[in-house]
Amino acid sequence: MSILKKLFTAVRGGAREVGESIVDANGIRIFEQEIADAQNALQKAKKSLTEVMAKEMQCKRKVSALNSSISEHEEYAGQALSQNNEALAIEIAEKIGDFETEKAEQEQVLSGFSNHIVALKQQVKEAEKTIKENQRQLTMVKTTESVQKATMAVNSTLNTNESSMTSARASLDRIKQRQLDRQDELSAAKQLESASNGDDLKAKMAEAGIGGSNTKNSDILARIKAKQGK
Amino acid sequence: MELNELSIKLATFEAEGVSFESFLIASEDEQEVLQVIVDGNDELPIFVTRTDEQLLCISYLFAESEIKVALKNELNEALLRLNVPIPLSAFAKIDDKYAIFGALSVNSSFDDITHELVTLADNAIDSLDAVTAYLNE
Repeated sequence: MSILKKLFTAVRGGAREVGESIVDANGIRIFEQEIADAQNALQKAKKSLTEVMAKEMQCKRKVSALNSSISEHEEYAGQALSQNNEALAIEIAEKIGDFETEKAEQEQVLSGFSNHIVALKQQVKEAEKTIKENQRQLTMVKTTESVQKATMAVNSTLNTNESSMTSARASLDRIKQRQLDRQDELSAAKQLESASNGDDLKAKMAEAGIGGSNTKNSDILARIKAKQGK
Repeated sequence: MELNELSIKLATFEAEGVSFESFLIASEDEQEVLQVIVDGNDELPIFVTRTDEQLLCISYLFAESEIKVALKNELNEALLRLNVPIPLSAFAKIDDKYAIFGALSVNSSFDDITHELVTLADNAIDSLDAVTAYLNE
């Protein structure tokens, strides 16, 4: 059964301490052992694979050497026949027969090697798959274990901490209050700054029509009109 | 990145007005946990744990006992549906607590980690705000 399925079953069964029911040190050790075994198997399979591939190449070379020997000797036999030297031709033909027997043997060995290579490649693939799969599952087990331990550590601090006693609502209220306080502080700081710049007083005086340095257009017009009137 | 290294880096880091406080929680089981507080919100700390492959950042939201019993299924369904749209984080349940978490590769850069932490902190507050209707008064 996959680890995720086991975890799922445990959760459905209402187990609080999900990890504990599944994740024991033993389980982790078994996984790690399986990964190590698979890695060993992989190493061996790869080593055999290179050996067998080398042998296969040697074998192929032998077969092709035999092939050229055969065609070479067929040529010789032909020459012997054209010289009407039947006895020699028969002797050469026997030689060719030997070559062909050896070739058949080598071809049999070669096909053995080829099959072996296919099997080894399959083994390598499977070992790699097993390792990957086990590592993924081990990650899940270890994460579960880590969260478990972390939760225990967190709980032990939270329990000595007052904030754990408050409800989520109260926490949220405090955070919101802090955010409000911060905004208030910010706007208070702004007010303070404008007050110290004198912006605030000037604005208030201008509103009251006091001390405005900019004479109003209507006042200027009135002054000009007054001059013209004289 | 090792957790103690992360802790040291976080202490001196400040970006976009966000600052971090962090400290290691001692554990008997040799499972190190770094408690990270983003932007002074110590009500919703983030707990960072390292495994062989992942950095897990977890923030606990509320206890199962805080949920209005009649609305529990609805809440679970809502959280499942929100898992995909919520950026970088996912909802989870650890023991009897609901949590929001993000998982990073252990090879993540410091910037990736701070981005995750800031996002997770924001998501935690937003989520809590969004689900208060499902929680007991």
